[in-house]
Amino acid sequence: MSVLIIADSSEGIFKKVAFELVSYGKKVAELLGTNTVALTINAADNDQLFKYGAEKVLCVSNDALKDFNAKSYAAVIQQAAEAVDATVVLIDSGNNGLYMGPMVAVNLNAGYTTNVVSLPNLDNGFIVKRNAFSTKAYNHTSITTDIKVIALAKNSYGIVENEVAGVVEDFNPTIAETTLSVSAVEKITGKVTIGDAEIVVSGGRGLKGPENWGMIEELAQVLGAATACSKPVSDLGWRPHSEHVGQTGKPVAANLYIAIGISGAIQHLAGINASKVKVVINTDPEAPFFKAADYGIVGDAFEVVPKLIEKLKEFKAQNA
Amino acid sequence: MKVLVCISHVPDTTSKINFKDDNTQFDTNGVQFVINPYDEFALTRAMWFKEKQGATVTVVTVGNSSTEPTLRKALAIGADAAIRVDTEATDGFSVAKQLAEVVKSGEFDVVLAGKESIDFNGGMVPGMLASFLDFNFVNACIGLEIEGTTATAAREIDGGKEIIKASLPIVIAGQKGLVEEKDLRIPNMRGIMMARKKPLTVATAIDVTSATASTSFEKPTAKGAVKLVDAANIDELISLLHNEAKVI
Ligand SMILES: Cc1cc2nc3c(=O)[nH]c(=O)nc-3n(C[C@H](O)[C@H](O)[C@H](O)COP(=O)(O)OP(=O)(O)OC[C@H]3O[C@@H](n4cnc5c(N)ncnc54)[C@H](O)[C@@H]3O)c2cc1C
Ligand SMILES: Nc1ncnc2c1ncn2[C@@H]1O[C@H](COP(=O)(O)O)[C@@H](O)[C@H]1O
Repeated sequence: MSVLIIADSSEGIFKKVAFELVSYGKKVAELLGTNTVALTINAADNDQLFKYGAEKVLCVSNDALKDFNAKSYAAVIQQAAEAVDATVVLIDSGNNGLYMGPMVAVNLNAGYTTNVVSLPNLDNGFIVKRNAFSTKAYNHTSITTDIKVIALAKNSYGIVENEVAGVVEDFNPTIAETTLSVSAVEKITGKVTIGDAEIVVSGGRGLKGPENWGMIEELAQVLGAATACSKPVSDLGWRPHSEHVGQTGKPVAANLYIAIGISGAIQHLAGINASKVKVVINTDPEAPFFKAADYGIVGDAFEVVPKLIEKLKEFKAQNA
Repeated sequence: MKVLVCISHVPDTTSKINFKDDNTQFDTNGVQFVINPYDEFALTRAMWFKEKQGATVTVVTVGNSSTEPTLRKALAIGADAAIRVDTEATDGFSVAKQLAEVVKSGEFDVVLAGKESIDFNGGMVPGMLASFLDFNFVNACIGLEIEGTTATAAREIDGGKEIIKASLPIVIAGQKGLVEEKDLRIPNMRGIMMARKKPLTVATAIDVTSATASTSFEKPTAKGAVKLVDAANIDELISLLHNEAKVI
């Protein structure tokens, strides 16, 4: 028996969610009285995972898996799960994780749940707590199959150090042929993405027009944050669609979410509520966002944001 | 091209979410149900395949009779036929099994779905369906063209997109980008009249065992009141974020 953790990497470097997933996996294994095995594909520095509790790392190095392909990856995971007799398979909630999750589950004849935010409760079977109704509620789901596949919600468990003496082993799966291939990748480089970001700075219609986004960009830069926007802002073409966050846009589960000139409509909040700390800057004290936020400033963004940038620069200089 | 669009029947995005029976059931009292917003993008894209490429479009939902108005709405938007698989949708695994039967018996070669239902946010039905059928699958799809038996699909990735080429048959889980927001179809009077005459078939469900079961619900605990900081005192905000919240 074992808990198999799929530790995702990009260009050989582990993503932060991989460390969170291993941390979580270690605890799940303890609850189940079993061991942790991490599976890595074309990653470097595999022993980094020992720090978070990976007792064994199965490491696959294969050029045929250079580009992410959900079906081939799911087939590799299946082989690894069978090789280590996995009862629980853990994936992250990134784009790749959520793409292959359902395939892994079907391959293993396993029950699958996503958006999981807690450790399983084993008192009465295997029950996990998960976000539902776009974070307006939690749902407790019992997984009734022998093997369970779980997608952990980002930032819901945190990275926990738990150093173990681990081993790294090579794993050589058979690679299936597929009739699907990636023909091009278009990626903005050098910019923090919403999926990866610890801090997200988001602007709404209160900013009046695209020409006013300079200060949003600057604030994001000072904080090492990603930029985002409300739906009308992307609908109006002020910002690219990829920045639209909320119930029908990208979900945000950052450590800090700063909303500037955003009213806080229920559909907006539904997508960003999973963020730990929320700050609102809005001229209207009655704006619904003040009910959802932890900290707020009632004020004009055009006055507050430049001051905030200036003060943050001072703060960063002092705390560098 | 035979297109099947999977429609999930979900509470409107403004719904207040409440539970009943000791927090074991979703309370539908006063809740308005709609076509899942992601599925609207899929349906509108399907209309384009119908009008420009002569595809036939069938919509399907797995659910009890209360979902029929949602299917009628999809017919009014322009689908040719609707199928309701007559069973309670309990978990993604069993819904995908039911849908796989529909795809096989109808010989569909393009299945369009949404990337997730906004009620349970499972994000699992399309991928499972593709696996059960051994079809190709593209998740988080933000652009789709089909020529002959080849699909060219754009998939959203962190910080950009990738272009995927795949052969039919295929399952697509889509979102905004599949079509633009402004192009989303809404039913007009003529569509609503025509929808009444279109076939809505009730299919008998197959026997499947679920892999998961909802045991209860919980509402997030009410959070404390917002701490207001004076606009003239930005230093205080920075100090709170640094010392209290520990996020900067
Ligand atoms: C089906 C559906 C799905 C939706 N999905 C989403 C979604 O995913 N994401 C999303 O964001 N929305 C979504 N919406 C839209 C949502 O209902 C709101 O319309 C939208 O979030 C409002 O955007 P906003 O806050 O930027 O604009 P507004 O509501 O116009 O608010 C602007 C705010 O800026 C403030 N303001 C004005 N001037 C200033 C100033 N100088 N300084 C500071 N503040 C100022 C105002 O007081 C106001 O509160 C959806 C709607 C529907 C129907
Ligand atoms: N009961 C259902 N009937 C038909 N299609 C569904 C059903 N549930 C989910 N789907 C489809 O699968 C997509 C993802 O749903 P889910 O996996 O439930 O998040 C939805 O956008 C629909 O296209």
